Amino acid sequence: MSTTTTPESRSRGKAPAGERVADWADGRLGIYSLAKANMRKIFPDHWSFMLGEICLYSFLIIILTGVYLTLFFHPSMNEVEYHGSYVPLQGQLMSEAYKSTLDISFDVRGGLLIRQIHHWAAVIFLAGMFVHMMRVFFTGAFRKPREINWLFGFLLFVLGMFTGFTGYSLPDDLLSGTGVRFTQGAILSVPIVGTYISMFLFGGEFPGTDFVARFYSIHILLLPGIMLGLVVAHLILVFYHKHTQFAGAGRTNKNVVGMPLLPVYMAKAGGFFFLVFGFTALIAGIATINPIWVLGPYRPDMVSTGAQPDWYMGFAEGLVRAMPGWEINFWGHTLVLGVFVPLVVFGLFLAIIALYPFIESWITGDKREHHILDRPRNAPTRTAFGVAWVTAYMIMLIGGGNDIFATHFNLSINAVTWFVRIGFFVGPVIAFVVTKRICLGLQRRDKEKVLHGRESGIIKRLPHGEFIEVHEPLSQEQMYTLTAHEQYKPVEIGPTVDENGVRRKVKATEKLRAKLSKGYYGEESQIPKPTVEEYKEITSGHGHH
Amino acid sequence: MKKLSARRRHPLAALVVLLLALACTGGLYAVFAPADKAQADETAQSLTIEEGKKLYAVGCASCHGTGGQGTSDGPSLVGVGAAAVDFQVSTGRMPAATSQAAQAPVKPAVYTQAEIDQLAAYIASLGAGPAVPTEEQYGPQGADIAKGGELFRNNCAQCHNFTGKGGALTHGKYAPTLEDVAPKHIYEAMLTGPQNMPSFPDSTLSEQNKKDIIAYLGEVNTDQSESPGGMSLGGLGPVSEGLFGWIFGLGGLIAVAVWVAARTAKAKKS
Repeated sequence: MSTTTTPESRSRGKAPAGERVADWADGRLGIYSLAKANMRKIFPDHWSFMLGEICLYSFLIIILTGVYLTLFFHPSMNEVEYHGSYVPLQGQLMSEAYKSTLDISFDVRGGLLIRQIHHWAAVIFLAGMFVHMMRVFFTGAFRKPREINWLFGFLLFVLGMFTGFTGYSLPDDLLSGTGVRFTQGAILSVPIVGTYISMFLFGGEFPGTDFVARFYSIHILLLPGIMLGLVVAHLILVFYHKHTQFAGAGRTNKNVVGMPLLPVYMAKAGGFFFLVFGFTALIAGIATINPIWVLGPYRPDMVSTGAQPDWYMGFAEGLVRAMPGWEINFWGHTLVLGVFVPLVVFGLFLAIIALYPFIESWITGDKREHHILDRPRNAPTRTAFGVAWVTAYMIMLIGGGNDIFATHFNLSINAVTWFVRIGFFVGPVIAFVVTKRICLGLQRRDKEKVLHGRESGIIKRLPHGEFIEVHEPLSQEQMYTLTAHEQYKPVEIGPTVDENGVRRKVKATEKLRAKLSKGYYGEESQIPKPTVEEYKEITSGHGHH
Repeated sequence: MKKLSARRRHPLAALVVLLLALACTGGLYAVFAPADKAQADETAQSLTIEEGKKLYAVGCASCHGTGGQGTSDGPSLVGVGAAAVDFQVSTGRMPAATSQAAQAPVKPAVYTQAEIDQLAAYIASLGAGPAVPTEEQYGPQGADIAKGGELFRNNCAQCHNFTGKGGALTHGKYAPTLEDVAPKHIYEAMLTGPQNMPSFPDSTLSEQNKKDIIAYLGEVNTDQSESPGGMSLGGLGPVSEGLFGWIFGLGGLIAVAVWVAARTAKAKKS
């Protein structure tokens, strides 16, 4: 693309080779206009904006290493006898899937490293998506016009969970087989259709001889295909909307301050890809993940303690472990509430965060575009809600590992389970209240800083003996950053009596909305930011306070 | 305790141990007469039992009763056999600090092997029970490791985890880790079913089966066992993997991201 066209060179006849190739491509692909529009695309700089990049790159790493693994993996449940290099399994009967995974681990050159990179990258991918999602959530980057992209990201997270699940189930080892059985149990708990879905998915009774091949198609084709499409759409929308930025001097809702895509971001992003790849390879070279050889081949008559899913399914595991084993016998049919309720809660819990942008914009009545990010403290109710959600999620992760927590902290597993049961309801409430208080405290601190300056730590003694602490005034830029956020007014119900004096019926949803809106922007939910008058009054008076 | 350790140096002690070892390997305990009869003989066997009884009276009787009949604080020891005594006392589980804890944890052993043998002989004299196994029974010779792995996954993994890393049971009880547990003790545990563990007599798991299981654990669950993929992260599976992935995997990458973001071409120097 490094073509400089001058009339001189044209008059001399043939253009340089590079230019001719570029011209050729432009005639067919229109690259010039594309490049012109995008080469100077600006991206703002902040480390948290690179969380999404971590996800993108680990997704690419997963695809690359996954392709290598497909070359050696046999998605078949035919029973074979093992005679490979791993001694403690010699002569054991196992499925071809398990045997080929052992072969990848011990007999394929670089196989174990690639397997471990693949699996570690998956763990990091999901963790990265979680943190990326929280970054977007807490900074309010999901607001108009980015709600759809938020949903795309959410779908990627959910699909990532299931791609991971179908992936770690493929080796047909004792741990993953237990996980598949667990999932089948969850499917069976669905009233009416559960048994049909189970029979359909497993081609008959569990485990059957089909599920590895079916999970394989889902894992390497169906889900990654959808995810790849969503990733592309996600990125296109990021380009289309332009990246959000934090408030600061010179940054408005209508501009983007940062570095151009070319050359700065291309170099940075390219370099970052290799850093992510290298770092993941390092982790995979240091620590083992899913050592299927010690787990043994899956047999439905065996089970082990300490059988957990990968972390991103730990929330679901925790729900099932925490739920009392209730069941109802209804007209000769058993409704397994102990599993079905967790399944429903799992879906609802994820749906809450997915739909949050729409809920918030309904409550606040805010339909404007937002390209400047909120500092989490300046949206206390949202931040508190997010922390409450994360708290519930984390408590359920503890629930999923309740036995490991019990043995490693010398606790009773029953005590851990009860902690999780109560904590799932109480924890988020406490987290909500505490977070909101902290946010308001931080807002007060910001106000204090703007009006009185930064505490310098210097103690001065005045001639008449009084000690004062010297406050350093903030710079103009810092003050701008601290006061740039908008403060909203809660939505009012509006006049209930029209101009003719007729009482209007106020809908219940309207009342609810007004109440929630007050919770968001009421007097108790935000500290009024310092005004110019206040600042002038203080600074014009005595120099200190 | 001073008295006991003083007696350890007794000129007859070595002889006592030797004779006891012979007595055990011969399996003579099986034909022991009741205690009062044994006391009548002045054999080495009865001397051992006598010594064991004294030790018992000092260290065990407060919970298990003066004649091993059990109290509200400890179960009866009649018929538990020498293997149970050897397991409980030489892994330090007995004497237990308290009978209130959910289960007795493994600790450094309080008694010497000679004293344990005396205690075992005394308890064995109370009623027939499994004897202390021999090296031949629990040694790795002639064991099928792969078969042992299969048996382990089928019979033991439910509580002890895939490779014997241990697991939680109800109300603070737990199946302990089997890492570096002596083969003899594993054998005895299977034989006697200590604490919350079910027992696996030879009718359930044959001698060969037990040998196979012990050989399997010796292969995969000692500090010498290889972990071909790198650090095993405690062998606990996805929980520790997830924690490691979050803290070191994602944590490390975020650190890298912060580093990259801090090293940028700055439009303005500040």
